[in-house]
Amino acid sequence: MGRSGGNTDFPGMKRIMSNWYKFASPPALYPLVNRLIPWFAIPSAILFAAGLYVGFFVAPTDFQQGDVYRVLFIHVPAAWMGMLLYVLMSLYASVGWAYNIRVSSMMASALSITGALFTLISLLTGSLWGKPTWGAWWVWDARMTSTLILFFLYVGFIALQTSIDDPRRADRAGAVIAAVGVVNVPIIYMSVGWWNTLHQGATIRIVQESTIAPTMLAALLIMLAACWLYSVAVVLGRLSCIIAEREHLEIA
Amino acid sequence: MLTATELECVRGNRTVFQELSFSVRPGECLQLTGPNGSGKTSLIRILCGLMEPSHGTVSWKKLDIRHLAEDYRTCITYLGHRHGIKEELTPLENLQIICGLNGTEISRNHAVRALEYMGLANRETAFARFLSEGQRRRIALARLVFNSSEIWLLDEVLTALDRDGMESVQALIDGHLARGGMAVVATHHGLGLSQGRFQRIELAA
Amino acid sequence: MKANHAVMFRWLIRREVLLAWRRKADLFSALAFYIIIVSLFPLSMDPDSRLLRSIAGGVLWVSALLATMLGFHRMFANDFADGSLDQLILTPQPLVLTVIGKTAAQFLTIGISLILISPLLGLQYGLTPNDTRQLAWSLLLGIPVLILLNAVGAALTLGVHGGGLIAALIVLPLCVPSLVFGAGGNVSLVGAVLAPTLVFAPWAAAAAIRISLG
Repeated sequence: MGRSGGNTDFPGMKRIMSNWYKFASPPALYPLVNRLIPWFAIPSAILFAAGLYVGFFVAPTDFQQGDVYRVLFIHVPAAWMGMLLYVLMSLYASVGWAYNIRVSSMMASALSITGALFTLISLLTGSLWGKPTWGAWWVWDARMTSTLILFFLYVGFIALQTSIDDPRRADRAGAVIAAVGVVNVPIIYMSVGWWNTLHQGATIRIVQESTIAPTMLAALLIMLAACWLYSVAVVLGRLSCIIAEREHLEIA
Repeated sequence: MLTATELECVRGNRTVFQELSFSVRPGECLQLTGPNGSGKTSLIRILCGLMEPSHGTVSWKKLDIRHLAEDYRTCITYLGHRHGIKEELTPLENLQIICGLNGTEISRNHAVRALEYMGLANRETAFARFLSEGQRRRIALARLVFNSSEIWLLDEVLTALDRDGMESVQALIDGHLARGGMAVVATHHGLGLSQGRFQRIELAA
Repeated sequence: MKANHAVMFRWLIRREVLLAWRRKADLFSALAFYIIIVSLFPLSMDPDSRLLRSIAGGVLWVSALLATMLGFHRMFANDFADGSLDQLILTPQPLVLTVIGKTAAQFLTIGISLILISPLLGLQYGLTPNDTRQLAWSLLLGIPVLILLNAVGAALTLGVHGGGLIAALIVLPLCVPSLVFGAGGNVSLVGAVLAPTLVFAPWAAAAAIRISLG
């Protein structure tokens, strides 16, 4: 133990490190989280308004599907977010477990609800789109089925975390199940795809991909950005509540 | 030598104990006393490696037990207040299995003698379900009779024992200390030991 | 003294199988549950022989899945309640090996029983010998997957109020790939699912036990 730690040789590095540790501590992070929320919430609201306007009033009517396709402006971003947030959630949970960073685990818990919500929205809007397009509210299509199972994975994660009283244990147990889940997701998607090709009798195919009009693409991208910003805002809001609850802080 | 350095234990939001340091040398017995909830069980579980301390380290022969893992587990025998006796098995099966699982197989003959020592003569093949709580405790303790691990960690093992049983256990601990073993014992009862050095830590509530 | 893992492992298997044998009632109720569930399906629909044959794989697989799940959270919970789980963790064996031993014993008892009874149930559904053989193979490779995943669920919900149901909630979606491949009759793909499960699930279960006891 003759040598002192490397960090002391670089005062700047040390300061950065100590700041980093400061923000890894939940109570120190709490005011920052609260200050950040409006910076995401307000742009998200504006983009939602813009995206819905472009999607519902500016974008042209699809020559095959008519106006029904417009629900996809909500459905597609929601489906993407549902999947992405699951991966993100597992990542935060694993980092929180491996490096013992509580905030990271709390982020995972905060993400799980938003992810589940997006997955549910994509299922519901998919069903709304399916009725006029496929003639049925629910079709055992590979993508819908995988999304449904993804939703079940979220439900399992949330159920497990809420059933465990000790927050540290809940964090770690969540990390294990999220890690197992994220390893399984590709296998589940593959298996469902295989199953779907095996049993495809009277085929239901998504209408062939037509070239997408620039305004459609614009609406889709705006909605996606809005969903991202919304996720950040809501997740931070939930994170703030979790920190306040666990650290017994006064709610700001 | 078993050394604890600045151990801290937090359960929920309560700090049960902190800055607890001590060491146990060969031939020494450490008795832990204190009211319920003072952390005796937690401390023993930390010493076994079943529980992580929130701060501090436990080391065995100057090495952290977290790194020793299996090598440390071969050196200890832990008996908890939940004794781990299977009701569906007979005392003989219970004893032989727990010894076998720890890599110290004992013959049927030895097992019978150990059970006899603990006052379970002629009960060897009755299902543990039909025995009293004190008798089940004796099955768990019979493991100590032919036990040569260096550290014994005993948590409230005297509960439900009669005077006779307590004396047998005391004699076992005495023998263990005389052979140069170490013992950490959490108990409210006095340990009338005649062998080895003795120290006591009183945990506050 | 170097620990002899082979000897310890043998004692572990012996312990688990002996305990399962002494608790025969649990084993038989899981088996009876399986048989009854499988027999209920034809009663709930038109028992047309073509239809029955086409759903047989799915019905047997889902029923086997439910039967392995029945009371499975007790795998660690019983040992946890009486303190013997502590003793198992403190043996010189790595905890992963202990988990593997316990799941192997589950397979040798409940798993094998379910597989052996399946061809008989296949008769109820008019399966051809060829279909039956394929189904038995898929169960032989698939039930270990179900048991291993159940072990993770059981370990995570150790000591949790209502743990059995929560364990089912988290494990069921994870069983989808083996169910799909098994009921679909693709034995090699079930094997492909088994391999990574065999590698990762015991580690996950061991980590989960440590977390639950922490």
